Amino acid sequence: MCTSIVEIVKAEGSGKGSNGWFPITNTVVSYDHPHYAMLEEAITIDFVNHALGPGARAAVELTLESAKALQSALAKAIEAAEIEEGLRTKAA
Amino acid sequence: MAYESMIAETLSISGHNNEMVSAYSARPMGPGPFPAVVLIHHLPGWSEWYREATRRFAHHGYAAISHNLYHRVGEGNAEDVAAKARAEGGVPDDQVVGDTEGAVQWLKAQPYTNGKIGVIGSCSGGRQAFLYACKASSIDAVVELWGGRVVQAEDDRPEKQPVQPLDFTKDLSCPILGIFGNEDRAPSPEQVDLHEAELKKHGKDYDFHRYDGAGHGFFYYHRPMYCVEQAQDGWEKIFTFFQKHLA
Repeated sequence: MCTSIVEIVKAEGSGKGSNGWFPITNTVVSYDHPHYAMLEEAITIDFVNHALGPGARAAVELTLESAKALQSALAKAIEAAEIEEGLRTKAA
Repeated sequence: MAYESMIAETLSISGHNNEMVSAYSARPMGPGPFPAVVLIHHLPGWSEWYREATRRFAHHGYAAISHNLYHRVGEGNAEDVAAKARAEGGVPDDQVVGDTEGAVQWLKAQPYTNGKIGVIGSCSGGRQAFLYACKASSIDAVVELWGGRVVQAEDDRPEKQPVQPLDFTKDLSCPILGIFGNEDRAPSPEQVDLHEAELKKHGKDYDFHRYDGAGHGFFYYHRPMYCVEQAQDGWEKIFTFFQKHLA
């Protein structure tokens, strides 16, 4: 790789790849050469399950600006979700 | 019109630690003897572009082989396999050298080669081509296309690439052709300066070409970095260089 920028976190959920849905185990975030996006470098996010082989991958390639917008959207959605979860806990 | 034909096929070679590694070979039909070239694929994997480049060498009269550095990562679509390799931190340098030696020896054993072998690689493969030419003495020429991380920062010494290839320059065993874009960031022009200075310091036979208006990967016709004029000139320099050292 040419940048060596790779961050990997554990993940629990599902991803939809070329062979349909699969359980994911990790999210891999990198900044390097994309395969498809017309960019020299891109933020690439792979939702993977390596135990199922290389094909268990749901991938996106984003511009830096798009990645920042996604980061912001995720933060807002998570904040709202945590408020929602708090309300449910109180109601229970 | 003279009859023209080539054969291109996948096969297996004995790589690092005598482990089986997949490869793609192309050569002109006929008895030869042909000069030979090993192609080291780039970060995006054992891709279609590398298969095309392998056939391009065959079209120009070379026996060529491109081995799959990601063979052990798993089988599947080249992009998925490359993504998994990236998540694993790439492949170990020693393994790359061993697999490439396997490809070189496979070519040397073929009755249709003339015994002269060149190695070429781009991007991470450019780094690995230079590294191989420093660690082994089995080849006659090496071409490095914009090798990223030949020069590695002090804090960029991951387990699988523990030593920057620059440190092995004194052991370079053959002439080198280097092709770079002045708009590239990996390697940057400053890193190419360091690379060239080290070659000069050790009295190596080198020929570096740096293209204005070109960034990283400017040979890739399917990517936005493609620069037709610089790429055409670069290919001509490659064939001239290999003709000189391998014919």
